[in-house]
Order: sequence, then structure tokens, then C-alpha cells
Amino acid sequence: MHTFESYKHIWIFIECQAGTPKKVGLELLSPGRELANKCGEKLIAVIIGENTQQIAKDAISYGADEAIAVTGKAYHSYSTDAYSHALTTLVEKYKPSVLLLGATGNGRDLAPRIACRLKTGLTADCTALAMDEESGNVAWTRPAFGGNLMATISCPDCRPQIGTVRPGVFRCAEYDRSRTGTVIEEDIPIEPYFIRTKVLEIIQSMSKEEVNLEEAKIIVSGGRGLGDPKNFVIIQQLADVFGGAVGSSRAAVDAGWISHAHQVGQTGKTVQPQLYIACGISGAIQHVAGMSSADTIIAINKDPEAPIFKVADYGVVGDLFEIIPVFVEEIRRLRETL
Amino acid sequence: MNILVCVKQVPDTTEIKIDPHSNTLIRTGVPSILNPFDAYALEMAVRLKEKNGGTVTAISMGPEQAKNVLKECLSVGADQAFLVSDRIFGGSDTLATSYILSAAICKLGEFDVIFCGKQAIDGDTAQVGPELAEHLDIAQVTYVVEVEATDRILTVLREIDERYEKIETQIPTLLTVNKTAFEPRYPTVKSKLTANRTTINTITSADLDLDLTRIGLKGSPTKVKKTFVPVQRKKGLRIMENSGRQSAIRLVEVLLDAKII
Repeated sequence: MHTFESYKHIWIFIECQAGTPKKVGLELLSPGRELANKCGEKLIAVIIGENTQQIAKDAISYGADEAIAVTGKAYHSYSTDAYSHALTTLVEKYKPSVLLLGATGNGRDLAPRIACRLKTGLTADCTALAMDEESGNVAWTRPAFGGNLMATISCPDCRPQIGTVRPGVFRCAEYDRSRTGTVIEEDIPIEPYFIRTKVLEIIQSMSKEEVNLEEAKIIVSGGRGLGDPKNFVIIQQLADVFGGAVGSSRAAVDAGWISHAHQVGQTGKTVQPQLYIACGISGAIQHVAGMSSADTIIAINKDPEAPIFKVADYGVVGDLFEIIPVFVEEIRRLRETL
Repeated sequence: MNILVCVKQVPDTTEIKIDPHSNTLIRTGVPSILNPFDAYALEMAVRLKEKNGGTVTAISMGPEQAKNVLKECLSVGADQAFLVSDRIFGGSDTLATSYILSAAICKLGEFDVIFCGKQAIDGDTAQVGPELAEHLDIAQVTYVVEVEATDRILTVLREIDERYEKIETQIPTLLTVNKTAFEPRYPTVKSKLTANRTTINTITSADLDLDLTRIGLKGSPTKVKKTFVPVQRKKGLRIMENSGRQSAIRLVEVLLDAKII
């Protein structure tokens, strides 16, 4: 049995982009709050970037007790070197017991870098968290084998315990404006030569449609059944009435109908929306691995034997070109009458 | 340009079935394959070599049978391959694995670019690449889909979340590779024969100066406490009316009833 007396408090790293927090960071304050309550410790938000005062205030309103903010020119945009330096410096100074990060692209770039520097354990892409009060060990539960197997991991001999958590698994707490807490400003200088990568250009996805699939509440995906790239228009229409994002199967990406940024599945993105609508997607296991944890799945396919129907809560057998326009029209009408 | 590609032999997770009685994974009879993201990484590495000259070395850590995927690497463009293998490496988590790999890589020499797949499809952690870069104290770029080299600078395209980033990185650097626009090449009969004849040397703990408290099951900070098969979704509702229009209307009705919309 180890004693980790000097390691205290639950930290949430709130990833920001151009002064705006990624939603997953705020979501993580909910399970973070529970862990903190359970072990009688504080929940602390860590913010690196710009506009940190406002984000710190928001984090406190969403459940944090305190916040630590790091600003400076070197931290305006994400770089592995600057951010891992800042976060490691903070961890070494304050010694948190637990550190949670969102399992975003940058979260999964940063977390292993700092876990390795701190010589501690890291669990990736968790979907459930629990804590053993006596030992203070977090039980990290995560999918592996493409979602076929769940594993519960612990890190009993090292601190801090670090994990990345999948976006969309937890819901943000109610925003409570009356909550107050201290915001500590930390100045962590870094020499420019220390940063070995440079972002030359940020290219938003080639199409204007929303492709932030990891954070989308509703996703409408199209597959080979669309028959033609032009037909993604009707997928877009259905996504629009729901205010959702457009996804796709690998088949549609490989056919060159839509960019890989839209691909859901094993070689694409793993998503966890409230509603997933699969249109003209047969439901190969590689696709299902990326979307089977959606709250509700609707499948529209003309083949009654398509494997997608095995995971669908609502399986509509028929021609998507007949079904979707009516579906869109009906939803629109409902929206208007509400 | 001296290029290294780290690869892993993985079970083809799409072939895995669940035993309905014991509710566990059936692993017997599941074929072992080259991790698909590593195949993209290797292809990217070979293309970089073809354009800029140099050599491509493939390395894998695993049991003796992992030589099969290294042979596959040799048949599609790798010039040489090494297996890192030892009983005492068994049970290593990502931190221990990346530590062992870093020691093996240092022994092999200096590399300008190290490629890894963005993640392996069995563990799905995406951690060994960045942890390896940290052990070696070199730059990293994750989720790379394109790479170009000019002198000692690489320009890469990184695909994350909802966008692409064009990033410049110094050599030496480690890149983890996402699915690319191109497909990995196939071996020819001749390249397969040549690969089969090539000796793959094994690097064991005796060849490396390792801190034994940092390797294997005991040296791994993370412990697997339990594994279980996720709850299967219950059977859904089938909608098949006389026409598409009627099916769509029925769908809206049931969704309203279930308060989904």
C-alpha cells in the first residue's frame, strides 16, 4: 500500500481553441466533481491559452472549486512541446492525484507525452470512471478491440493518475453563476527554440458542413447506398433539420464521395451522439465499432438482411430516396407547429 | 533519410466473435494481421524514401510469430526489419513498451523520421507513439495524413477533430499516421520470396541496457483489473410499411412516442 499524501485534488484540463473551451473539458467537470466529492478533495480546472479568465469563471460555474490559468504568446495555439512543458510544470508544482483530459486529437497527443515525462500510468479514451475511496485509485473503464471488449484499468503505484475521456459520454452540469472560486495565474515562460513544431495553416474541412462528429449530438451518416456523391445532399438536408453533423461509412470515403474527416468507424472516428441515423449503410463491424454507443440508432436500408439492423433501435426497411425526403418534410412540419 | 517504422501484429478485431454462453471473446482462430494504421505508416515511409532516398527499417515488439508482419513489411518496401522480443517484456503497458522500444531504437542508431500508426486496433490507446517520442526526446506530430520533406524540415498535414493543420516539424521527428488518401501497396510474388529469405534479427533484453523495474507486467504503472463484454443492444423495432412515405411517417410517430424527437 502506497501513501500518496502529497498528491491531492482532481484536475480537469480544459482544452481551448482560439479562446473557446472544447465542450468535453466542461463535460469532464461533472465526473470530476463526483470523484472530488468522493475523496473529499478539490476539483480544479486547468486552462492554458487565451481568454483564460472567462473560461476559468465558466469552469467554476460548471462545478470546479478553483482554476489554474496559464497564458502567454507561446500558448496561443496548441503545440505538443509548449503544452506538455506547461502542464508537467504545473503537475510537478501542485501534485494532483488525478488528471483528466478530453480524448480529443490534442488531448490524446498531449496526455501520453506528459504521462511519460512524469513516469506514470495513462488510460486512453475512457467511457466510465469510479473511485475507490480508501486507496484513492480511479477505476478507468474503456473500450478495446474496436468496442468488442471493455477493460477496467487502475494505476495503483503512481501519481498522478491520468486518463483521457471520450467526448459526449458525460453531460455538463447546470451552469451555476453564483459559484465562486480562486483563479491562480501561473506564468510559465518557454524559449521559442524549445517548440519544435509550428502550425503553418489551419484548414477547416473542405466543406462548410459541420464535421465535429465527436461533439455532435445528432449524426446523420450516408453510405454506399447513396449511389452517387451528389446524393449526400439529402443526408445534409436530414442533418440540417436536426441541427446535426454529417457522417459517412468507409465505403463512401473510399469511393471519394466525401472526405475522411466524416468517416465513422474503425479507421475513422468513434462517436457517441444522442441520435445516430445510418442511411444506406450496410453496417460492417468496422462501422458499428465507431457508432454502437450512440444512445439511439436509426437505420434506413433497403436490404432487410443488412447487419446495421442488428444494432438499430429503429430499423426502417425501404428505399432511402423515398423515405428521407418524407422524413425531412415531417420533421420540418413538426418543428414549425411546435 | 534514415526512416524507422514501428509496427504491431494484432488480432483482426473484425473477426472476433463473442461466446454467447461465457460472454467472453473467442480468440482462437482469429487471424493475426499487420495493424492497419501501421500499414498506412509504412506506405507513407516507403513513399518518403522513394522521393528522398534513404532506408526504411521496420521494428516490432512481440512474440516470435510477429516476424510474420515484419516479413510483410519487407515485402512492401522495408529494407530491413528487427524483432524486439523477450519473455520478460510480456505484460508491458504502453509506458513500459515505449521504454523498451526506445532502448532498442537507440541501439539501432539514429533515425530522421520515426513512423507509427495512429493506434493499434486491439488496444486502441494511441499512446506508444507519443510516449516513444518523449523517451527519445524528439518532436512529434500525431494523426498525420500527408508528409513532404525539404532538407531537415518536414511539412505534414494533420487531421484532427473537425479540421486539418499544416505543420512544420524539425528532424528528428516522430509521426503517427492516420488513414491516408492512398492505400498500401501489395507485395509481388518476387518481393514476397525475397522477404521470406531475409533474416530478421531479434533484439532481446541481453542486448539492451534496461532498468528492469520499468518493464513487463511488474514495471507497468497501469494494471488491467478486469475485462468484460459490453452489454449488447436489445432488439430494435422493424419498420416496413407499404411505401417509403408510409414508413417515414410511421418512423416519425414511433420517435415521437419514444420522445426521441
